[in-house]
Amino acid sequence: MTARPAVARAWDEQAQGRAQRLVRVAGRLGKRLSGKVVAAADIVPLLESVIEPGDRVCLEGNNQKQADFLAKALTRVDPKLVHDLHMVQSVLALPEHLDVFDSGIATRLDFSFSGPQAARLAKLVSDGRIAIGAIHTYLELFGRYFVDLTPRVSLVAAQAADAEGNLYTGPNTEDTPVIAEATAFKGGIVIAQVNEIVAKVPRVDIPGDWVTYVVQSPRPHFIEPLFTRDPAQISEIQVLMAMMAIKGIYAEYGVQRLNHGIGFDTAAIELLLPTYAASLGLKGRICKHWALNPHPALIPAIEAGFVESVHSFGSELGMEDYIAARSDVFFNGPDGSLRSNRAFCQTAGHYACDMFIGSTLQIDLGGNSSTATLGRISGFGGAPNMGSDARGRRHASAAWLKAGAEAAGATREGRGMPRGRKLVVQLVETFREHMQPAFVERLDAWTLAESAGMALPPVMIYGDDVTHILTEEGIANLLLCRTEEEREQAIRGVAGYTQVGLARDHRLVENLRDRGVIRRAEDMGVDKRMATRDLLAARSIKDLVRASGGLYKPPQQFRNW
Amino acid sequence: MERLEFRFIGGRALEPAAARLVGVVGSGNLEVLVESAALNGACTVEVNTAAEGFGAIWNAVVTDFFARHPLGDVRISINDNGATPAIVSLRLDQAAEEFAAAVSVRDKQP
Repeated sequence: MTARPAVARAWDEQAQGRAQRLVRVAGRLGKRLSGKVVAAADIVPLLESVIEPGDRVCLEGNNQKQADFLAKALTRVDPKLVHDLHMVQSVLALPEHLDVFDSGIATRLDFSFSGPQAARLAKLVSDGRIAIGAIHTYLELFGRYFVDLTPRVSLVAAQAADAEGNLYTGPNTEDTPVIAEATAFKGGIVIAQVNEIVAKVPRVDIPGDWVTYVVQSPRPHFIEPLFTRDPAQISEIQVLMAMMAIKGIYAEYGVQRLNHGIGFDTAAIELLLPTYAASLGLKGRICKHWALNPHPALIPAIEAGFVESVHSFGSELGMEDYIAARSDVFFNGPDGSLRSNRAFCQTAGHYACDMFIGSTLQIDLGGNSSTATLGRISGFGGAPNMGSDARGRRHASAAWLKAGAEAAGATREGRGMPRGRKLVVQLVETFREHMQPAFVERLDAWTLAESAGMALPPVMIYGDDVTHILTEEGIANLLLCRTEEEREQAIRGVAGYTQVGLARDHRLVENLRDRGVIRRAEDMGVDKRMATRDLLAARSIKDLVRASGGLYKPPQQFRNW
Repeated sequence: MERLEFRFIGGRALEPAAARLVGVVGSGNLEVLVESAALNGACTVEVNTAAEGFGAIWNAVVTDFFARHPLGDVRISINDNGATPAIVSLRLDQAAEEFAAAVSVRDKQP
């Protein structure tokens, strides 16, 4: 005999709940509902029918693409019908993302990054209007979508839909696949705002049976050109640091596969590849494979033949025609346009790259690096996954093995099991603008954690993952430090004229320099006289357009002609 | 404006050479003039800066510069418009290296 449960329970409550919601929508919209297609004017009644109080709702706020029409609509629902929502979303970018907390429509939040809304978010937290579950990395949050933060309703954005709900995202696919998959396969409801409804989509990025409703937005969704850096603003110090990065790290380790953080420091490196790196004979020896958004600053290096492949988290406005014309380099669909995917590119950056290099705001004496500042809860985005050793990695490469051997020599693990290490490089000028020191005894992250009641100080990259710190004063190779004291002095030894730098032990620092733990420009044979803007392969946005043969079409705000 | 003066001795006196000017006095930038001067072997640095109260950092920056480039019979004049120590050090190094290169090129001529 088989055992029977004492009390029968339903095992399909999620599916039943979903069916009930669809019935509610049909009742409320009546004949105005045409299959999956909902009129823009009906968006608020749709949301009020679909969403129940306390629901976990994923609003597609990405790094770049925003479901802005749906975000606005969510602020307009009746808080008596829809309230106490638990928002899960990778990026808080728009004011509407926080407006829902002002009105009590939502009360809980789990997210990754909140750059543009960081100050207001901190204020709402201190006023007790938002309960933050946790601040995540992108991959971490996506992982939780499939474990304990699965959305009940997701509001996403795409370029086009057909009547069956097939979505075409265009080049900014970004987070849409991961959100739609987590929701659609767990009894959830996916609503997509689209720029146009067409008879046949150019390619299917999200299959129609994952999508419950589509609505044509009165305006195309907002996309932020987040990765465009005007070469005109690159300073000579950034050129000098880029020269040291290329000669002292890229060439030294033979870095073939990498991710660059966002900013002028890394843009300078990209623009020095066809000039300085080429003059060192490094073409074909470094920077062949990238996990990177389509940075306009990479155009000259691509045109010079440095770059074999680029896989992207998202796209970049203005780069569409250039990407389409360089399908050997980018990941393009059968329609010819880019297919980006944040989850896969984050995975690539974590497991398949040998180096992450990026800027930061503060570094402490342990090498911990943070972008947290007082009064702002800005989150992490992808940097902690890009900028950490992938301890689950098992495939070898020359750069990874060399870094691992240096680390083993330092800790005497050399006698034990050989390991590789990812190169994690923090690039920072010793002083930011207004003479704010980048090197500090204590990160602002500690005070922020105390004031916001966080479990941990929000550290972007932990000191034990950082392998090199590069400033205008030189490179500190932390892999070669044998003691905590050496590590501290290595950091002080590149901290320039900050208080941290001035408090260095000169004898120990010179000793570290003799051992190659600290290397100055002159130790690497970097000629400072060459550190001028003349070394940049492009010195303006117009130069980038020219380098692309006219294919790059910069957004209006970057045109000064 | 703040005016600071530094004087270093024990440097290597260079043969007189044409003056060198690098940089521009834009915001966050500076210009550095390096010229030969009969200073009994000394090197002087005169700083005119728009940012007041950074005397200790200037002292550290120019002391380290003299350790890298121990010049003698040289007068260095700086017009600063709020440059960071990074850009000050770079400009000083660029100016000194260009000045020294000009001297050595001329010395090689018959």
